[in-house]
Amino acid sequence: MSHRAVMPAPEPPFAPVPADPSGTTGPVSVSVDGLRVHRGRATVLANITCNIAEGRITGLLGPSGSGKTTFMRSLVGVQKIAAGSVTVLGRPAGDPRNRHDVGYVTQGASVYKDLSVLDNVRYFGSVHGGSRADAHAVLAAVGLSEFAKRKAGNLSGGQFSRVSLACALVGKPRLLVLDEPTVGLDPVLRADLWEQFSAMAAEGTTLIISSHVMEEAGHCDSLLLLREGMLLAQLTPEQLRQSGETDDLELAFLRLIQAAADSERKVGS
Amino acid sequence: MNLSMLLSTCRRVLLQLRGDPRSIAMILVVPAILLALVYWLYQNETLAPGMPRTFDRVGLMMLGIFPFVVMFLVTSITMLRERTSGTLERLLTTPIHKADLLFGYALAFSIMATAQALVATGTAYWIFGMKIAGNAGWVVLISVLTAVLGVVLGLLCSAFATTEFQAVQFMPVVVIPQILLCGLFVARDQMNAVLEAISNVLPLSFAVDGLQQVAAHSSPTGQLVRDLVVMAAFVLAGVLLASLTLRRRTA
Repeated sequence: MSHRAVMPAPEPPFAPVPADPSGTTGPVSVSVDGLRVHRGRATVLANITCNIAEGRITGLLGPSGSGKTTFMRSLVGVQKIAAGSVTVLGRPAGDPRNRHDVGYVTQGASVYKDLSVLDNVRYFGSVHGGSRADAHAVLAAVGLSEFAKRKAGNLSGGQFSRVSLACALVGKPRLLVLDEPTVGLDPVLRADLWEQFSAMAAEGTTLIISSHVMEEAGHCDSLLLLREGMLLAQLTPEQLRQSGETDDLELAFLRLIQAAADSERKVGS
Repeated sequence: MNLSMLLSTCRRVLLQLRGDPRSIAMILVVPAILLALVYWLYQNETLAPGMPRTFDRVGLMMLGIFPFVVMFLVTSITMLRERTSGTLERLLTTPIHKADLLFGYALAFSIMATAQALVATGTAYWIFGMKIAGNAGWVVLISVLTAVLGVVLGLLCSAFATTEFQAVQFMPVVVIPQILLCGLFVARDQMNAVLEAISNVLPLSFAVDGLQQVAAHSSPTGQLVRDLVVMAAFVLAGVLLASLTLRRRTA
C-alpha cells in the first residue's frame, strides 16, 4: 500500500454526484428511495437513494462492514427495513411475483455440499419450474458440465462458487444479485466470471455485484460506493478516476473516502 | 402449496441422505439393535406361569420411543444445516412456499421413518417372537407417527439453535423428559399428580398408551383411535409452529 503516504485531500472537493451516471434515458431496474436499516441500535444503512439501470452491471463497492450485504438483502426482500422504499422490477422488493425474476447468490456459496452438482442445480431449477434440460444448459454455461456428477463439497473453491452461480442462473432471472462472487478466486477464474457477467448484461440481465476489491470496479458500468452505511457516490469508473485524479481506482476510492471524512470533520467542528 | 415443489424438496432431501450411507444405516439399523439389547437384558428373567415377558411390554414401548429419538436428532441437525449454510435464505428468495419446504422435509423423513418402523417391528416379531394381542399393523402405524413427531419437533427445535452443538443439547431438554414420563418406567396413573398432569400433555405418552392398547386388545379400541388422533394433532401443530420460525424477512 505505497500510495497510503501520498494521499492528500484533493482540492477542490469532489463535484456533486450525478444522480444516474449511466444516463437518465435508460430504463430503471431498481429504484431505492430513502432506505434505512437498523440492526439493534446500530444503523446499518442510512438514507440510501439511488437508481440502478436495466441491463447493466452495477458494482457495489465499499470496505467490509459498509452495508453491502444488507443493501443486497434489501433488494431481494429478505431484509427488514426501518424506512424508505425499494422498488425492484416495478414492484416492491420481496413481492412474491419478483421471486421468479430475481436471482440471489449469497456471500459464501450457499449450495448443498452433500448433493451432486447436477442435483443442486436441478433442485433450484425445480423451484422455478425449470426442467432437467435447463439444468444441463446452465452447467454448460458456467463450464461445469464435466463435474455434473461430482459432489459439490468435493470441488475446488472456484468450481464450488460457480455451482452457487449456476443455481441462481437456472431460474433465468432478469435481475441477478451477487454478493462477492469473485472473492477467493484466482485471477484467471475472476476474469472468466467477469466475461460471463458482461455477456449476461449484453443479453439484457441486470447485474448487481458487490466486491471490496476496487480493481474489479473497472468491469462495471456504474458504481455505488458505500461507506459506513451511507452512499458516498454513484458514478461510472471513468468519473471515479477523474474525480480522484488518478487511473488507480483503489487510490481514487481512498481519496473519495478521505474527502468525505474531512468534510464530516468540518461539519462536526 | 405446490405439489411439484414439495416433491422435489422431498427428492432432494432423500438424495442428500443417499450420499450419506452411514446415516441411512443409523436410521434403519440402530432401533433394531437397541431392541436386541432390550431383549437380551430380560433374557434370564424368571416368569411366573401365565405372566407375559417383560420384553413384550418394554420392547413394544421401545418401538415407539426409538424412532422418535432417532428422527428428532437427524431432522434437527439437517434442518439446522439448511438454516446456517445460507441455502434456506436463498430458497426463501425463490418462489418456493414455506409449506412446500417443511412438508417436503417431513415427507422425506417420514418415508425413512416408515422403513425404520418396518425393520424394527419385523425384528421384534420375527426374531424375538414378540407376542401381543393386537395387530402388528397398528404397531407400525404408531411407530411411524412417533417418528414423524420426532421429525416435526426436530424441525421446530432447529429454529432455536445456532450451532449443531446446541441442537444436540435439545435432546435432554425435549426428548428425555418425555421418555421418563411416558409410562415406560412408572405407569402414568401411579405417578404423583403433578408429573401425571405433565405426562398427560406430552405427545410420547399418547404413543405409549396407544401401544399398550394394541398389546391388550385384539381389536382397535376407542382409546387407541383417540391416541392416534391426538398424535396427528401434535404433528400438525408442530408443522404450523415450525413454519412460523421460517421468516422470509429477517433483521
